[in-house]
Amino acid sequence: MIRSSVTGQRLAALFLLGCLLFNYPLLSLFTGRSEIFGIPLLYAYVFAAWALFIGLMALAVEKRGD
Amino acid sequence: MKPETRNPKRVLIAEDEPSIVLSLEFLLKGAGYDVTVATDGNQAQHLAESLIPDLIVLDIMLPLLDGFEVCRRIRKNKKLGHAKILMLTARGHESAVKKSLMLGADAYMTKPFSTRELVGTIAELLAP
Amino acid sequence: MLTGSTIVLASFAYVGLLFAIAYYGDKRADAGRSIIANPYIYALSLAVYCTSWTFYGSVGRAATSGIGFLPIYLGPTLMAALWWYVMLKIIRISKANRITSIADFIASRYGKSHMLGGLVTIIAVIGVVPYIALQLKAISTSFSIILKYPEVVMPDKAGAPLFLGDNTFYIAMLLAAFTILFGTRHLDATERHEGLVAAIAFESVVKLLAFMAVGLFVTFGMYGGFTDIFDRATEIPHLTALLMLGGESGNYTTWASLTFLSMLAIMFLPRQFQVAVVENVDERHLNKAIWLFPLYLLAINVFVLPIALGGLMHFPNGGVDADTFVLTLPMAQQQPLLALLAFIGGLSAATGMVIVETIALSTMACNDLVMPVLLRMKWLRLNEQPDLSRLLLGIRRGAIVVILVLGYIYFYLAGEAYALVSIGLISFSAVAQFGPAIIGGIFWKGGTRTGAAWGLSAGFLVWLYTLLLPSFAKSGWLPITFLSQGMFGIDLLKPQQLFGLHGLDDITHCLFWSMLANIGCYAGISLLQRSSAAEHSQATLFVDVLKQSSAAAGSRFWRGSASVDDLLALLSRFLGPERARDAFTVYAGSRGGKTLQALAADADLVHYAESLLAGTIGSASARAMIASVVREEPLGIDEVMTIIDEASQVLAYSRQLEQKSHELESATNELRSANQRLQELDRLKDDFISTVTHELRTPLTSIRAFSEILNDNPQLDPAQRSKFLGIVIKESERLTRLINQVLDLAKIESGSAEWHSGDIDMREVLEDSVTAVSQIFRDQNVMLNINVPEALPLIAADRDRLMQVMLNLLSNAAKFCERPDGRVNVTLAQEDGTLRVDVADNGIGISPADQEIIFDKFRQVGDTLTQKPKGSGLGLAISREIISHFGGRLWVTSAVGTGSTFSFTLPIKAGSKFQVSNQSAKSKPGRIST
Repeated sequence: MIRSSVTGQRLAALFLLGCLLFNYPLLSLFTGRSEIFGIPLLYAYVFAAWALFIGLMALAVEKRGD
Repeated sequence: MKPETRNPKRVLIAEDEPSIVLSLEFLLKGAGYDVTVATDGNQAQHLAESLIPDLIVLDIMLPLLDGFEVCRRIRKNKKLGHAKILMLTARGHESAVKKSLMLGADAYMTKPFSTRELVGTIAELLAP
Repeated sequence: MLTGSTIVLASFAYVGLLFAIAYYGDKRADAGRSIIANPYIYALSLAVYCTSWTFYGSVGRAATSGIGFLPIYLGPTLMAALWWYVMLKIIRISKANRITSIADFIASRYGKSHMLGGLVTIIAVIGVVPYIALQLKAISTSFSIILKYPEVVMPDKAGAPLFLGDNTFYIAMLLAAFTILFGTRHLDATERHEGLVAAIAFESVVKLLAFMAVGLFVTFGMYGGFTDIFDRATEIPHLTALLMLGGESGNYTTWASLTFLSMLAIMFLPRQFQVAVVENVDERHLNKAIWLFPLYLLAINVFVLPIALGGLMHFPNGGVDADTFVLTLPMAQQQPLLALLAFIGGLSAATGMVIVETIALSTMACNDLVMPVLLRMKWLRLNEQPDLSRLLLGIRRGAIVVILVLGYIYFYLAGEAYALVSIGLISFSAVAQFGPAIIGGIFWKGGTRTGAAWGLSAGFLVWLYTLLLPSFAKSGWLPITFLSQGMFGIDLLKPQQLFGLHGLDDITHCLFWSMLANIGCYAGISLLQRSSAAEHSQATLFVDVLKQSSAAAGSRFWRGSASVDDLLALLSRFLGPERARDAFTVYAGSRGGKTLQALAADADLVHYAESLLAGTIGSASARAMIASVVREEPLGIDEVMTIIDEASQVLAYSRQLEQKSHELESATNELRSANQRLQELDRLKDDFISTVTHELRTPLTSIRAFSEILNDNPQLDPAQRSKFLGIVIKESERLTRLINQVLDLAKIESGSAEWHSGDIDMREVLEDSVTAVSQIFRDQNVMLNINVPEALPLIAADRDRLMQVMLNLLSNAAKFCERPDGRVNVTLAQEDGTLRVDVADNGIGISPADQEIIFDKFRQVGDTLTQKPKGSGLGLAISREIISHFGGRLWVTSAVGTGSTFSFTLPIKAGSKFQVSNQSAKSKPGRIST
């Protein structure tokens, strides 16, 4: 099986992005008493970012070169 | 001038394969020796007796007279006592090595040889 | 409606369903139609990561720290992105080395060390026991609660009697029984359990559905949706704190360290290793799992916070333990079916974990802890037992029971003091200790066994001191002063504020110190040491696995002698005689259709046997057993290094040569294949060998000498340069010709040449061969006539071979013709029952003495005083072999001074009709040259 190294690199980049997204200080930006669509901002942010992250991983893997 | 102190050293190559002769000539001339070539055993013996070389590079498989025989005859010749003999051959059997050394060769090299090793060994043999 | 018996019945029915699925899965696997060879099943099986911790504990944690329950799911998500490199490597290494557990992996990497395997097993067992206890706690608590339906009453926390009076003990024993039935029905060399994987995948679906059902019910049934829940929650002050992360950096630290910890746990929990690596059927499944598994995690966590908030609002005053909201909320709302579903979901989550984890641990305990010790006890004479499989199974079953008992004991001692999640995190911190040794092991060749052992031990001890013992202290089994004042009253030795480091939560504190100790010792000691030969070869195998192609890579570093029978007997003892025989037969078949009898006990076979054995008893024990059967010549570290260095040196040198000049490239290739073929020829008869080697070494000498000269003398003038290169090329060609002929002859003589017989029109062959040499004849000013009749019967022969003979005869004729009036005549005629071809030249002739010699190998005649004869001296020998193969004869007629005629006959094919030629001329003048 030919493994595309581009995919691997994309995933590694995603990993780094994820480390940023899911940690202080980005998290601290969203903590607070505000809400979006009635859902607390932090909660919404984390789950949305999480879903987005998974989506990007799926894209990277499914649309790989081979 | 006494042969031992002669400079440049005289080398006799006894080899029948033309391209090998060419390479040996190139190497040894390049190393600064005075080079003569014999292409069969008889010629080798005669040239050795007339030129009194300092070193003889002797292939075993020579036409007319083989290298061992040439070696034996040279070693019988008192005039050639100082001459170093380097046996060169494609046969690597232990028996061949022993035989050469028993017959009085000073060194033995198998083909294919490393050019560096060859030149180096010859330099050692010819060192005063 | 929900009586005790209903619940118990439902539980057993569910477990029975799992069995049925497992059984079906195994049956399909045996039939070769696996149902789990599917990336979705693989991804679902990974979800065994979600245990009752996820099912119950997350809600409990959310109720106290809000979104702080989430990092242990984010960690695996992030790690999944790196699986592309890391997990692939681990899977490939494990498949190549038949690794069956984490202990096996580490032991194998560091020189197949029994000691490391045992150490890892001990750490794994001790580390995971709390986690198993947590599952027991969840099952027993949830069972006690649901029994009280419709009342919601927390179970009595007062001490239940140990063992026999305690429900939990029975639960533990039941789980042991299930595990034994699921996982130890037979021994599999690959330690795979397809049925189990199918059941686990099913169970993942069940727990997801159950949780979401409760989530949906709470969010939309009890309240008006997400917005509604959050709005109501914000009205209650202490709940809003849950909606954000704490302001002090402490909480962020916890968040980060939990994320990191779970990144390690998803890889190194024994059950995760088991399903992700050992049970993996196809590497490619990993690709989908990279995003499917995080998706599962996302789905199962969406409703956690709503349920937590809903529970807190519904059960104010802390009367109901938040860990139970998933069950108690449906109960409180009079939803018996939902409650039962929730209970089953939680049961599912817990049993899945226990079964897989315990199987993984028992495999390790058997292969890496108990067996090595038993094998060392020579007095047991295990070597002489013909069938050890029953013993192995027995040890595994015993291990399963022991582990579950240990889980129960921990539950008894420490279970009540902690919330579920905290217990789980203790286990996470334990298995995190495997991280440095494994990650280091697959990326850094410098990691040594001693380094790994020290690292593991140090990290484990720190973990013990900073997390495990405190858990006993907090439950009252150790004096609390241990915690508050440190061991021996020394302040700096306070287990949770070691050396004065305070301000960190327990987990982060432990993580920091244990990783410091672990990585520090591992890296430091590895760098201070040289690894042994065995370690170095294993290190290369592991780190370079993605660069290797052959499966026999492992056998490169082995030398020794063995007999096939011994190996077979050894394997039979552990796998059973039939399966051992089958394995060898399969192996023999894959080696080019050889039968079992024809197998040679070479390095590859030994390696194969060793890896098969490793699948059953672990790699360290397999190594020991093989060593007892095989007389091994140990490779010293220098030799191994030399092997590795030589390989890379040769690579570098040949690259250098190729860079030098374009023309040298082909020369180097000839040299290499010449060298290879030179070694092949060693097997021929002695005088032939010495002749051949002599003949080959001669051109090789020129090639080598001139190549070196060209290499060492870049300042050579172009004329000389091209002359020398010309010689290299010419000698290479000569060499190749010679080699081809020698091999050809050898093949023909030994009967292994390929002959493609067909119907041959001899005229065509003659005409074609004449055409082929016409240029040479023109160049040498030799006249060539050919004389063929019109109609001739066909013969049965190989056309290419006949061409070979003709070309040989024709080129010889050209060589030995008289100059300048060279003339060669080729005649074809029918004679008795044969066709006869004559090639006559007007050269100097061949004396009677020489007439037989010329057909000998390497013998040539010619004017040796003037010129060395060209050619190899093999042409006629080959030609003769070819002709006699087809039932003919090749001979020469000649006299000195009058030229020579080479003739051969070939039998006419019986019953063949006359073929009329297309051309009508009776005597065809040849290509006449001036």
